[in-house]
Amino acid sequence: MSRLRALLLLIAGDKQADRVVPPTGFTARLTVFAAAAMAFLVVFALAFSMATGRLAERWGSSLAQSSTIRVSAPEGQLDTQVIAVMDILRTTPGIADARVITDDEQRALLEPWFGPDLPLDTLPLPRLIAVTETPEGYDSAGLRARLAGEAPGAVLDDHTRWRVPLVRAAGRMRTLGLVAMGLIAATTAAMITLAASAALAANAEVIRVLRLVGARDAYIVRAFVRRFTLRALAGAAAGTALAMLAIALLPRAETAGGFLTGLGFVGLGWLWPLAIPPLAGLVAFLATRRAAFVTLKETR
Amino acid sequence: MPKRRQGQDVIDFEDVTFGYGDTPLLAGVSLHLAPGSFHFLTGPSGAGKTTLLRLCYADLTPDQGHVALFGQDTRAMSRDDVALARRRIGVVHQDQKFLDHLPLAENLALPLTVSGQPGPSETDLAELLRWVGLEAQAEALPPALSGGERQRAALARAIIMSPEIILADEPTGNVDWEMSLRLLRLIVELNRMGKTILIATHDLNLIRTAKQQVQARVLRISNRQLHQAGADL
Repeated sequence: MSRLRALLLLIAGDKQADRVVPPTGFTARLTVFAAAAMAFLVVFALAFSMATGRLAERWGSSLAQSSTIRVSAPEGQLDTQVIAVMDILRTTPGIADARVITDDEQRALLEPWFGPDLPLDTLPLPRLIAVTETPEGYDSAGLRARLAGEAPGAVLDDHTRWRVPLVRAAGRMRTLGLVAMGLIAATTAAMITLAASAALAANAEVIRVLRLVGARDAYIVRAFVRRFTLRALAGAAAGTALAMLAIALLPRAETAGGFLTGLGFVGLGWLWPLAIPPLAGLVAFLATRRAAFVTLKETR
Repeated sequence: MPKRRQGQDVIDFEDVTFGYGDTPLLAGVSLHLAPGSFHFLTGPSGAGKTTLLRLCYADLTPDQGHVALFGQDTRAMSRDDVALARRRIGVVHQDQKFLDHLPLAENLALPLTVSGQPGPSETDLAELLRWVGLEAQAEALPPALSGGERQRAALARAIIMSPEIILADEPTGNVDWEMSLRLLRLIVELNRMGKTILIATHDLNLIRTAKQQVQARVLRISNRQLHQAGADL
């Protein structure tokens, strides 16, 4: 309750209280710079965390409901086996859709490795069948058994082998992003505490005079806390704005492809960074307030 | 020693012992300052005059015994209690501490500012500055003031809250005799307005001059004890 009251008084401001503390040089610049730099980093950590979150979600949901059947057979038997596989899939419970990957799609898949003019008909490539499951899924062991019996050249790949570790890795990257944000917040608090402590030490005589003329601790603390909170708020706002601009200018995912180009915010996700300046202000408020009360205890 | 009047005194020392190390600087000191009284505190350098004054405004607390400020034991006072009590005490420090980045007028109004009271009107501030002869220095920064000007400014700041007691530590220490007399006149005037005065000084001429103008008691610290000074003072 007292912290809330302190916060409200801080927002209201007191011009006289602001004037009793002399303007400080390097601590002011240090606080603004530290807050700006940390906010910049937090925005990127947030973007990274959200991008990996999206990736994990994509791998976890859409890929979890898709499988691929690869059909390899001698010339003349390939089409027969593909038809057999499609017949099996049509009668397998838990299969929502199955379609044969066209030559154009296969060419597009191989293009990054072999170039655009790949003569598919001259290569002994397997045929691929994309399978989409129903939410309930299918019995993969049963399907494998049927395929082995009716289309011996067909191999079912339900993505389990590589999807699970990838989803786990993406989840861990998201956690790392959150941990990075926590560390940055803690570092910001530490730096502001150091700057506030330095300012308080440099103004020990001012504090002594204020105490001797009857100033309560809350009055002195408010004068320092307001200054550091506003500096942190301003620095974090500048750092956040710069980082958001930098992210907005990154190449778009549709253009270049790949994970890194997906780094950024989507839709309402752009609102998240706006919480960083007030949070930085709150961190500065708490850190400076604590440092000020600790310092004041040394003065009667 | 003045006889103690329980509950009426502004400041009460009861068998106070205080030291900065193992050896006490003050031992078994009792002192009772009645409202409107005028006391000088004298003694050799290092005898403990400044320490006794600091005990008076709760800047220090006794190792043994009790110091009561307006009836409140200073050891039992919270930091807020100390701040509130200091608003009822005007202190003129030996080294005249000011906020060097604020002009003199704002320094004088500082006790009002920190207590959340509206600042003095321009007329009141001008009157106060004229009273201490500093009307021309209202906008000057403290480092630009002379020793005498700082002493008078410290006195003006000490009384702006209309305190019940004024504690002055060597208020004439850095000024010439003419300025000392001027400061003394101001302090005597305050005492006639009903303020309790305690001045620590080693200036015996000042004490003798004051006793011609006001009924002042002289206390002397020697051998860690507080004594009533001899008739020659």
